[in-house]
Amino acid sequence: MRTRLQLLDQALLDRILGEAFALLMEPGVRVQAVVAQQLLAAHGATVADGVARIPEPVIRAALATVPREFVLYDRDGNRAVEYGRDAVQFDPGSSCVHVLDPDTLQHRESQAADLVRLIQVAELLPAYAAQSTAMVCADVPSGIGDLYRLFLVLWYSGKPVVTGAFSATTTQRMIDLLAADAGGLDALQARPRAIFDVCPSPPLHWSDFAGENLVQLARADVPAEIISVPLAGATAPVTLAGAVVQHAAECLTGIVIHQLARPGARVVWGGAPAIFDMRSGNAPMGAIETAMLDAACSQVGKSLGLPTHGYLCGSDAKVVDAQAGLETGMAALIGVLAGINMISGAGMLDFLACHSAEKLVIDAEAIGMAQRLGRGIEPRGTSLALEMFAKAGLSGEFLKLRETRALFREEQFLPSPVIDRLSFRAWEEAGASDSFTRARARVAALLRQYRRPELGAAREAALRAIMEREAMAVGLTTLPGI
Amino acid sequence: MHEVLFAAMRQSIIDGDPEQVERLAHEALALGIDPLEAINRGFVEGVNYVGEQFGLGEMFLPDLVMGGEAMKAAVAILEPEMQRRGLQRDSLGTVVLGTVKGDIHEIGKTLVMTMLSASGFQVHDLGVDVPVERFVAKVREVHADIVGLSALLTTTMPGQRQVVEALTREGLRAQVKVMVGGAPVSHAWAEEIGADGYGEDAMAAVALAKRLVGRGVPAT
Repeated sequence: MRTRLQLLDQALLDRILGEAFALLMEPGVRVQAVVAQQLLAAHGATVADGVARIPEPVIRAALATVPREFVLYDRDGNRAVEYGRDAVQFDPGSSCVHVLDPDTLQHRESQAADLVRLIQVAELLPAYAAQSTAMVCADVPSGIGDLYRLFLVLWYSGKPVVTGAFSATTTQRMIDLLAADAGGLDALQARPRAIFDVCPSPPLHWSDFAGENLVQLARADVPAEIISVPLAGATAPVTLAGAVVQHAAECLTGIVIHQLARPGARVVWGGAPAIFDMRSGNAPMGAIETAMLDAACSQVGKSLGLPTHGYLCGSDAKVVDAQAGLETGMAALIGVLAGINMISGAGMLDFLACHSAEKLVIDAEAIGMAQRLGRGIEPRGTSLALEMFAKAGLSGEFLKLRETRALFREEQFLPSPVIDRLSFRAWEEAGASDSFTRARARVAALLRQYRRPELGAAREAALRAIMEREAMAVGLTTLPGI
Repeated sequence: MHEVLFAAMRQSIIDGDPEQVERLAHEALALGIDPLEAINRGFVEGVNYVGEQFGLGEMFLPDLVMGGEAMKAAVAILEPEMQRRGLQRDSLGTVVLGTVKGDIHEIGKTLVMTMLSASGFQVHDLGVDVPVERFVAKVREVHADIVGLSALLTTTMPGQRQVVEALTREGLRAQVKVMVGGAPVSHAWAEEIGADGYGEDAMAAVALAKRLVGRGVPAT
């Protein structure tokens, strides 16, 4: 039996959706993109002065065409990420601007080489079903920043990728790059490897770019993930329930625009909601209420039968310390128990501004433990204990039983040496290290173990040709990180 | 010759599969293969692999124990033929092993036994709650090179000291090395009671035992 966390009872769920529908009529939702305005106006919404009012039947009709589940594939065409139902998967957080230098503990600007290092580490950790375009690279001109980081992921990874564009023009170029990787747009559509995050602006505002981006992705039949980011107490109602209403209204608007552009296109009910910290004025991603918002927002999406996404396992700590561990661990548990299909955020510090490969390997352990809890306790074999006692008797020698060897890997999450379970003396003799030191060693070991996936000469040449053309256009003479 | 069979033997230990081990051991006998060669080029290779992988954290205690059990099954079938041919496994040394009087903890001691015998030591396992006199008598009887004393309780640790003292009293101390282990035991304790070494776990015990018989890497 799978354990489930449901923070909303049916009555509250109904009220949340009822108020979300009401908000989309009054005050309505700001929609800037003309193409989105036209779609809405042509299908039963009213649009005046950039504000759309969308009646519930229009929303219900759009919800009816959203695929309940879909799959992302790895480069070899294997099913690698399942959106929908109760699948729970994790990917590293996205779009930081700093990295934690593991030697100096300084936060410095992230560069292409840092992103490559993070991709290589994530590639070898089974906790991460997908990669993300995790960093903005300071050594890459911003005009191609989004395209370039996707290029680096495709170059160094075979996993699916959670990505996103910074402008409408680069969205198309990113789709072209993915098509080159897949062997054509048809192949990409049939077996998508990437999903694009698209962010409305709180409260109740779909910007020009966000609206266009949704339409563009839908028409290209490339999966989209709506990332609504209500900030409870600042850009959203201070109550958690109120912020969940706003999240629902923003996601519903996105789904209507998206499904009107292409009914049946793949889209995810996602977000990065947070509370607003009333001392610092920051948006704490490690707050328990932030995790509660993610769980509740996902529950609303699930009640509509939609695939879901959340933003958890980032910490607000500045170094990989006890705060980072406890915030990440608690959030991973909540995310798994809430059954959120894709959980982004691992590896991140400082309100999602900073990435750490060392934190990523520690977070993989928290995720492994949380996923273990999610699987629950299951009976195996025809008896629970009788058969094993029939063999071991009162000797206590269960370690010698064939069942022990056959089942321990399923029964136990087997942590890496990042998690210390040595005796005190063995720990002392192994260098008396803390978890950050062990994480540094594990990162180094993974980097030694990493082998770049085979892309094949033709695909490699196609990717490189696209990227070299784009890089030259912005004045780059080399490809950083390659 | 027989490389495929030897590879299957190695794999059967890695898989911890005693039935497969038995089939392969009988097959070796039927083919007239030197039983010592079957052990050394087949089964021992598997034991070594499991030990290495355990040390690297890639395999786990159940793999180690099942590998050891499978190895025992192989030796049980091949030993009569070895004796018939007058062959003996090249032993690294003879070890007497047990958990001291008053202490019934078995797992750690059994793991050490498994790993020592899989590594080529001749091991006499006296079990748990072993009186001082039995250790002494067995050391004398089998001319042991090493005696291994396990204690899991602070209250039973002094039993290790008593065995060391008894061996000295009986004039046997010069010919037998003493190694100690168990959760409360430490290097400092080993030194205090006049033992020759302490092993943190089964792998460390094997390394220590090899060192004590002059077959391992020198202590640093």
